[in-house]
Amino acid sequence: MNKLRIAYGWAQRAARMMIGIPDYETYVQHRKTFHPNESIMSYEEFFFERQSVRYTVSRDRMKGCC
Amino acid sequence: MNDAAAIVPTTVQGKLLWAVVAAVGAISLGVFALNRGEAISASWLVVAAVCVYLIAYRFYARFIAYRALGADATRQTPAYRRNDGLDYVPTNRYVLFGHHFAAIAGAGPLVGPVLAAQMGYLPGTLWLLAGVVFAGAVQDMTVLFLSTRRDGRSLGEIIRAEMGPAPGTIAGIGVLLICIIILAVLALVVVNALKGSPWGTFTVFCTIPIALIMGVYGRYVRPARVGEMSAIGAVFLIVALLYGRTVAETPQLAALFTFSGPSLALIIIGYGYVASVLPVWLLLAPRDYLSTFMKIGTVGLLAIGILLVRPELQMPALTQFTDGTGPVWAGSLFPFLFITIACGAVSGWHALISSGTTPKMIENEAQVQFIGYGAMLMESFVGVMAMIAACAIHPGAYFAMNSAAAVIGTTATQAAATISSWGFVVTPDALAQIAQDVGEKTILSRTGGAPTLAVGMAQILAQFLGGKSMMAIWYHFAILFEALFILTTVDAGTRVCRFMIQDLVGNAIPTFRETKSWANNLVGSAISCAMWGYFLYVGIIDPFGGIWTLWPLFGTANQMLAAIALMLCTVVLFKMKRQQYAWVTVVPATWLVVCTVSAGFEKAFSSNPAVGFFAHATKFGSAAAAGEVLAPAKTLGDMTRIVFNDNLDAMLAVVFIVVVLSTLAYALISIRKALAVPTSTTQEMGAVALAGGTR
Repeated sequence: MNKLRIAYGWAQRAARMMIGIPDYETYVQHRKTFHPNESIMSYEEFFFERQSVRYTVSRDRMKGCC
Repeated sequence: MNDAAAIVPTTVQGKLLWAVVAAVGAISLGVFALNRGEAISASWLVVAAVCVYLIAYRFYARFIAYRALGADATRQTPAYRRNDGLDYVPTNRYVLFGHHFAAIAGAGPLVGPVLAAQMGYLPGTLWLLAGVVFAGAVQDMTVLFLSTRRDGRSLGEIIRAEMGPAPGTIAGIGVLLICIIILAVLALVVVNALKGSPWGTFTVFCTIPIALIMGVYGRYVRPARVGEMSAIGAVFLIVALLYGRTVAETPQLAALFTFSGPSLALIIIGYGYVASVLPVWLLLAPRDYLSTFMKIGTVGLLAIGILLVRPELQMPALTQFTDGTGPVWAGSLFPFLFITIACGAVSGWHALISSGTTPKMIENEAQVQFIGYGAMLMESFVGVMAMIAACAIHPGAYFAMNSAAAVIGTTATQAAATISSWGFVVTPDALAQIAQDVGEKTILSRTGGAPTLAVGMAQILAQFLGGKSMMAIWYHFAILFEALFILTTVDAGTRVCRFMIQDLVGNAIPTFRETKSWANNLVGSAISCAMWGYFLYVGIIDPFGGIWTLWPLFGTANQMLAAIALMLCTVVLFKMKRQQYAWVTVVPATWLVVCTVSAGFEKAFSSNPAVGFFAHATKFGSAAAAGEVLAPAKTLGDMTRIVFNDNLDAMLAVVFIVVVLSTLAYALISIRKALAVPTSTTQEMGAVALAGGTR
């Protein structure tokens, strides 16, 4: 059962990364470790921030067409 | 040298294992390459391809990664150096592989091989294999490596930094042109698949409200729940797909969803405009999620289908059309086969993706082999599957679907007679039967590759899931799957185009650069849609079916970008003082320069009006001056329009040549400068070992 949960976790992480949403736990861990007294976005805020960044075109970010 | 960098296996078992893989690969390759005259199982092709990929990955990719590039697994990557938990995040390599593959896999590898099948299954397959091993995967991996060493900078920035501002601007113009052409071509594929098809049109139209529902759900009802919104979307999609049959069978409903090519073109242009000015969470993002998951799922399903069904290839290994007289696209095997299959063998677009988000997340440099080279091998396999699907259907049906009405006529009887005269004997009844099997009125002249692939996929999938009665559903499922991600591309691509136009016009009118301004976006999107929409509309009313004209232009543009990327890689290898290994990028770069320049040259200046745009313009221009109307034009107005478009297309081909050759000149200058200096002159970052060493 535990193995199943781990497998599901990885599948979820992979599926989210495919649509440009990186791992939220890693983000929280990063903020706690390197920016201990600063604010941490909720999952929803994190999601929408990443969503808008994925589709924002700029000189460095051009999503492929093909 | 550590174990990871050992290019040749050190153990006896290792050597033995690879000898077996090589032998199996050589035998399969031999069987399917030398077979003539009889149908052959696709399994040979699959086994040969997999063996080639394994050997290339194990030996050549490792050689490039460790020897040529000098990838250092202990060197800090941007993901650690600039870790911010958002853009720069060290990411598990399997997860990142999935991300990278999902980003590079698109419509290209599915369409190109289908079109190339007019020359038989052999030339296209060999190019898919050789191209990916020596050019495509090398480009993806090397650009990923360069970007990883430069904080995940984009291709354009790296070109500016390593070669100077002028080549950077030239590459930028190249990207804008590709963008316009590819949007037109992809939209054309959708139009050709949907014209006169109420079932297909209904399901594809339904994706818009479905995406809107998903968008609102994921924003307000259950914010950020991707799994739930995707599940809802998938359920609605299946309902729409099944109900589409009822729509097609009910005359009143069918009439509402039956459109001609030109009206569909206008609808898609309008859609592209509206979609590109809406907020991303409302339409673009949910559609993208749906199409990404569907893409991965369908590709997996097709792979399982091919392994289980092991279809026979009915197309001969080589057809008479290798001489350049084929009905699908004009031009001889060299150089046109090598630009017809772009994605799947080598695609310039991947250079943009490999210098996008992936380098910011890679855990260590050595993983460029797995993620850069490996993901491209997988994309090539998608191309091989598309080739199998196209060649598994009857060649008569293949040519009926992929030849323009101007060539084969508009009735099954005319088409069957013409195609049989080419040696691919087919009866009108057989063509009508296929149309009936897939739930369409006609399959004639559905050019663009997507419908052919859909018929091939439907045949394969129906054999192990649902039998013949399911064929119509699988066909429309395949059309839906392709249209879904093409329309996502149209939306995203229009935004990219808009940005580049804003950036360009911003040089003259600085306020136009402000991308947050609604007015700017409305105007920018309009210009962007007008540009690709023009080519789309011209393609639709083109009696040769558009693909004939536009696909070679798209292929040339895409390979042009790949040539630019590989020239950049070569320059950097020289600047790194690794010129003894520069041949790994010099060889594919040279090949691509030769292919794109000769293809561009032939498209513009060939004296054969079927190939050369200027020759075609002259032929129609002088006829018009004499007051004659040449078929397929119907009026003198048509004649002048044809001449105008020929000249426009020829000009584009000339621009491509100029872009490639001027980049080549800048590359040679940079290489000369690099050779004159005894030390490395490249601009890299992060020459600090990772704390904790190899991961």
